[in-house]
Amino acid sequence: MEQLLLPAIDWLAVLPVGLTSILGLVLLALGLFVDDDETLGWITLIGLAVTAVATACLAGQKSITFNGTFALDAYALFFDLLFLVAGIVVVLMSMTYLEGTGIPSGDYYGLLAFAIAGMIVMASATDLIVVFLGLEIMSISVYVLAGAWRTQLRSNEAAMKYFLLGAFATGFLLYGIALVYGATGAFRLDRIATAVGDTPNRTMLIAGVAMLIIAFGFKVAAVPFHMWTPDVYEGAPTTVTALMAVAVKAAGFAAFVRVFLHGFGGLHADWSMLLWVIAALTMTVGNVLALAQRNVKRMLAYSSIAHAGYILVALVASGAAGGTAALFYLLVYSFMTLGAFGVVAALGSVGEPNETLDDYAGIGFRRPLLGVTMTIFMLSLTGIPPLAGFAGKFYVFTAAIREGYYVLAVIGVLNSAISSAYYVRVLIAMYLTPGAEEHGRVARQPYLLTSIVVSAVMTVVVGVFPALWMQLARFGFLSL
Amino acid sequence: MGAALFLLVAALTVVAALGVILHPNPVKSALFLVVTLFLLAAVFVLLEAHMIAALQIIVYAGAIMVLFLFVIMLLNLRNDDPERGRRRYVLRGLAWIGGVALAIELALLVRGASVGSAGSAPAGYGGAAAVARSLYTDFLLPFELTSILLLAAVVGAVVLAQKQRRPTLS
Repeated sequence: MEQLLLPAIDWLAVLPVGLTSILGLVLLALGLFVDDDETLGWITLIGLAVTAVATACLAGQKSITFNGTFALDAYALFFDLLFLVAGIVVVLMSMTYLEGTGIPSGDYYGLLAFAIAGMIVMASATDLIVVFLGLEIMSISVYVLAGAWRTQLRSNEAAMKYFLLGAFATGFLLYGIALVYGATGAFRLDRIATAVGDTPNRTMLIAGVAMLIIAFGFKVAAVPFHMWTPDVYEGAPTTVTALMAVAVKAAGFAAFVRVFLHGFGGLHADWSMLLWVIAALTMTVGNVLALAQRNVKRMLAYSSIAHAGYILVALVASGAAGGTAALFYLLVYSFMTLGAFGVVAALGSVGEPNETLDDYAGIGFRRPLLGVTMTIFMLSLTGIPPLAGFAGKFYVFTAAIREGYYVLAVIGVLNSAISSAYYVRVLIAMYLTPGAEEHGRVARQPYLLTSIVVSAVMTVVVGVFPALWMQLARFGFLSL
Repeated sequence: MGAALFLLVAALTVVAALGVILHPNPVKSALFLVVTLFLLAAVFVLLEAHMIAALQIIVYAGAIMVLFLFVIMLLNLRNDDPERGRRRYVLRGLAWIGGVALAIELALLVRGASVGSAGSAPAGYGGAAAVARSLYTDFLLPFELTSILLLAAVVGAVVLAQKQRRPTLS
């Protein structure tokens, strides 16, 4: 009987994903006994915060474990912290939002923790099979979260649509992985990277890469794979929408960037043409369709499509400048989008979503805090200095120009100009349109308001001092 | 001999798969799927992957198909016809065009691919021991992650299907 040699395991590398998975299990179990939604929320908050601190303590470590399929590097840590912080903000929002919805808190927070565990796997995966599993852990949890508000027909519809189209996209991912394996004989990114140069089955490889672009394009909501986005974002509970728009998208890009710049780096000339077209389409379609929306949640959905386009520009540009810009943009985009959805959540209440532009009339004076923070988020999403959105766009377009993608940079800048129209329309509604009469007393929303203020502060801080955060992003990208 | 057998099995698989999508009756469609899965198991046998072939029959042709049939019978589906009139034919036409285009593309792909002779498999290849060994060494992490994935899926199914908790409107 021969000895089974288990691979060497660096337990530190799997610490973040292990802690979040355990947190998910604990929450599921506690959900059975603890009836108080607020307590469960606090437990989730503490769990995620502890995980974030532990993850931050891993800074500087670099290892690759489980037979080269799972990496601990600055790149993974950058994204882990981004997911965990986004998770903390979403939990804060949920602690107010879940009241009265009938969504079972234990299950909700448990699935949220599993979703984050899946994202962390995606950010660390250096093997296509592991990427697939991380993506599925995240997606399955988020499908359910999107439909968690079962008494709402919109939520059911969102979950169903997301699930069916997501399953379809998963099919493309697996088909792509199979074709890449057929052409290179490897799942591991480093082996694929060495094999792409001299594979005899180049056509098969390119077809596989194209399938992977479709699958990742779906997850990050790039045109023409964006059809599900507006309906799902509009129908899902607003807190889940914030999670999808920020963390799911960031996880999609985390895997996208690692697989394409690391595994298929040698094929950049081939896939960058395809991504060029997708980036241009994503920016343009997202922004133009956002112009036509009266529903703010739906408008933010189209806006998130457009922002995926800007990040794709950075991916097309590639290289150190492009990769760093992509990471930095994701950081910036996360805070301003979390905050904007937070404001949408704060203005709605159970049975009264208050999501159209008409509902925003006069809000700037009736609820000054929401007015001021929403102004920050809208201006930042437009890209007005000195807010974070400007720094993000500046680095992305600089990277594109440095690598010679002038036309793409021009399309991006023009799109930013278009986007100002619909972002400013929200401000006009809030401050210049006379509002309806007082709705009576506003419910107290301490947690939700905290999450909004945190996002606003981060949007301003990153915008005013971009160099430090840019350094983090550069550090992360260069560790690939 | 091997190649001829493979071509026979492959052709039958394609026919059965076409049966799945073309048969109007959902139950018979599902039965065609059973045939397809059995034939896929035969393909695995031809590739010397005996363990995978056995799992294919036990898990897919057995357990999962029984679930499929249960669901179909519980839902009491009639011949499915969600789209009516001209729209239906337009959609069908588009689907055929897309499918045929993909088939042609893949055919071109395979023609360009270089398929070397695989050689004979080493002794014990594809048996339970070999599969287990690679599962617990090379694919240890995916193996463990699958447990989280399945747990999340089970929890998710329960969350969506459990008895509704009364909304606590304050």
